[in-house]
Amino acid sequence: MQRIGDAPVLRRTLIGAAVALAALFLLLPLVAIFAQAFAKGLGGFWSNVSDTYTLSAIGLTLFITVLTIPVNLVFGVMLAWLVTRFQFPGRRLLQTLIDIPFAISPVVAGLVYLLLYGRNGWVGGWLDAHDIQLMFAWPGILMVTIFVTCPFVARELIPLMQAQGSREEEAAVTLGASGFTLFRRVTLPNIRWALLYGVILTNARAVGEFGAVSVVSGAIRGETNTLPLHVELLYQDYNTVGAFASAALLALIALFTLAAKAGLEWRATRREASA
Amino acid sequence: MSIHLENIAKHYGRGGRHQALAPLDLDIQQGELIGLLGPSGSGKTTLLRIIAGLEAPDHKPAGRILFGERDVTQLHVRDRRIGFVFQHYALFRHMTVYDNVAFGLTVMPRRQRPSSGEIRARVHRLLEMVQLEKLAGRYPAQLSGGQQQRVSLARSLALRPDVLLLDEPFGALDAKVRQELRRWLRHLHDELNFTSVFVTHDQEEALELSDRVVVMSDGRIEQIDTPEALYRAPANRFVFKFLGDANHLEGEVRDGVLTCGDARLDVDLPDGPEDLLLRPHEVALDTAPRESAHLPVTVTAISPVGAEVRVELAADWLPGPWLATVRHADFERLTLSRGQRLFALPRRWHRFEDSAPAAHDSAALLAG
Repeated sequence: MQRIGDAPVLRRTLIGAAVALAALFLLLPLVAIFAQAFAKGLGGFWSNVSDTYTLSAIGLTLFITVLTIPVNLVFGVMLAWLVTRFQFPGRRLLQTLIDIPFAISPVVAGLVYLLLYGRNGWVGGWLDAHDIQLMFAWPGILMVTIFVTCPFVARELIPLMQAQGSREEEAAVTLGASGFTLFRRVTLPNIRWALLYGVILTNARAVGEFGAVSVVSGAIRGETNTLPLHVELLYQDYNTVGAFASAALLALIALFTLAAKAGLEWRATRREASA
Repeated sequence: MSIHLENIAKHYGRGGRHQALAPLDLDIQQGELIGLLGPSGSGKTTLLRIIAGLEAPDHKPAGRILFGERDVTQLHVRDRRIGFVFQHYALFRHMTVYDNVAFGLTVMPRRQRPSSGEIRARVHRLLEMVQLEKLAGRYPAQLSGGQQQRVSLARSLALRPDVLLLDEPFGALDAKVRQELRRWLRHLHDELNFTSVFVTHDQEEALELSDRVVVMSDGRIEQIDTPEALYRAPANRFVFKFLGDANHLEGEVRDGVLTCGDARLDVDLPDGPEDLLLRPHEVALDTAPRESAHLPVTVTAISPVGAEVRVELAADWLPGPWLATVRHADFERLTLSRGQRLFALPRRWHRFEDSAPAAHDSAALLAG
C-alpha cells in the first residue's frame, strides 16, 4: 500500500527543488552580502563600519528601535486586551483597523505622514508656527516606524487571548485580585511568550524599515540617516564595500532575530510536549 | 449566609433586545444547597453570575441582591466574599496546584494577609481536604478532570467564603467521577455549613444533591421546591417534561372516553381536546386490552440493562414513540420481543391545564 507522495522519485525531486530554491533565493544573497562586505578584508570592513556616518546611522536605528518597542508593547497589549475582553460597538471595526499598516504600502504611509505633519501639512503648519519640527527629523522617523510596526504585538496576542478566554481572569477576581495584580500574576504569565514573539517581530521590522522612513527622514548624513537608508546612500556613492558592510550589520541583526524566534518556538513546542 | 434576590432581570444586546432573565425574586436560606436546573439558554448561568457579581443585572427595573443583611448589589465581585467554581475549572495554568490554592491568600492586601507560615498551613489543610497533598507541585495540565475540579474547589474555599457558587461543576466529568464528587460536595457542604448554589442541566444531579431545586426556562423560574415535591407535584407541563421522560396521549374526550385513532381510554374528564402525560413507569403492558383501556402498541426496541427493562413502543395513533419501563419478572412473563403487538395500560396519568396540575390514578388497572 502506497500513500500519495511515497514515490521515491517524486519525493527526491520535490526535496531537491526546495533545497535548490532555498539556496538560490535565500542563502546565496546572504553569502553574497558577507562576501562583498569582506571583499577588502577585515580591515576594509572595519574602516567602513567605524566610519562616523555609519556609526551615527547605527545609533539612530537603535535609538528608534529602543523607543518603538516599548510604545508598541504597551499599545499592543492594551489593544489586544480591549478587543478580546470587552464587547462594545465598533469592536470588529477596530480589529480591522489594526491591520491597516499591514495592508498599506510603507511609502504611502510615509507620504501621508508627510502630508499631515510636513511644513505645509494640515497639522504641520500649526506645529511649524510653534517651532516644532517632526518631519525630516528623528521624531518623524519614530512616528512612521511605530505606525508600520504597531500591528505586530496586537496581532500575536489577539488570537491567543481569544483562545484562552477570560475565565482565569474571572477566577482571579472572585479570589479578590485587583486589576494590576490580575494582570501581573494571571494575564501576563499566560501571554508572555506571544508577547516576546511580537516584540521580536517588531524589533526586526523597526530595524529594517526602509520605505516609510525614506520618505520622512530626508536622509541627512549623520543626522536622520538610518542604517537601511545608509546602505542605499553608500551604494549610490559607488562605495560597494561600505554599502555591503552596513548591509552585513543588518543581516547580522536579522540572523540574531531569527535565532531568538527559533529559540522561542523550540521552547514553546517543548512546553507543549511536557504539558 | 442567606441570599435574597429581588426583582433581578437581565437583557442583552443593543437596546436590550434579548431577554436572558425576566424580573425574578429568589430567597435562599443560610446553609442551603440550591440547584439551579434548566435547559441551556434558560438563564441559570446568568443568574449565578449575577449573584457572584461577574455580571450586572439590569438597572431598570432596579433589583437588589442581599447577602444576609448586607446589600451587595453595587459591590464588586472581589468584595463579595464568594467562592466561585467554574465549569471548566479555570485553574491558573502557569501555577502549580499549591500556588493555585494559595492565590486568594497571597493577593490579599498586606495588612490583612496571613503570615507566610499560616498561608502554607492553610493551603496544606485545604489540599488534605481534597486529598491532593501529594500533587501540590503539579501543574493543572498534568491532572485529571476530577483532580482539577477538586483543586478548583479548594482554591475557592481558601478565603472561607460565606457563599459558594458552582457553574456546572461536574458537567465535563465522566459518570463515575461525577457521582463521587457529588457525594463529596454534599459532605463538604454539610460539614462547613456555607450556602451553596450550583447550576446544572442534569435533572438527576439536581434532584440528588439539592435541598431545594429552582427549575428555570426562558429566563423565568418555573418552580422552586424540594426534590420530592418537585418530582411528585410538578407545577406545570414544562417541569414535568424536564424532570424525566414523558409519554403523550393526545385525543378528544367525549362522554368520559378519550379517543385517538383506534385507541381509547376511559377518563373522568369533561368533553374537549386533551393532552395527557405519563411517566414510563406508569405504563403497564399486557397481551389483552381492558374494558376501560384499548391502546394497541407494537414493541420497537428493548433495552434490558438496569433494574428495569426499557421498552420502546410505537403505534399508528401515536405521533411519537412511547417509553415504558417493565420489571424483569413481567418482561419474562410476557416474553417480550421486538415487533410484538401488545396493549398499553396506563396506571396513572397527569394533566396540566394552564395553571392547575392534576394527577389521576387510572381506572384501567383499578378496574382490571
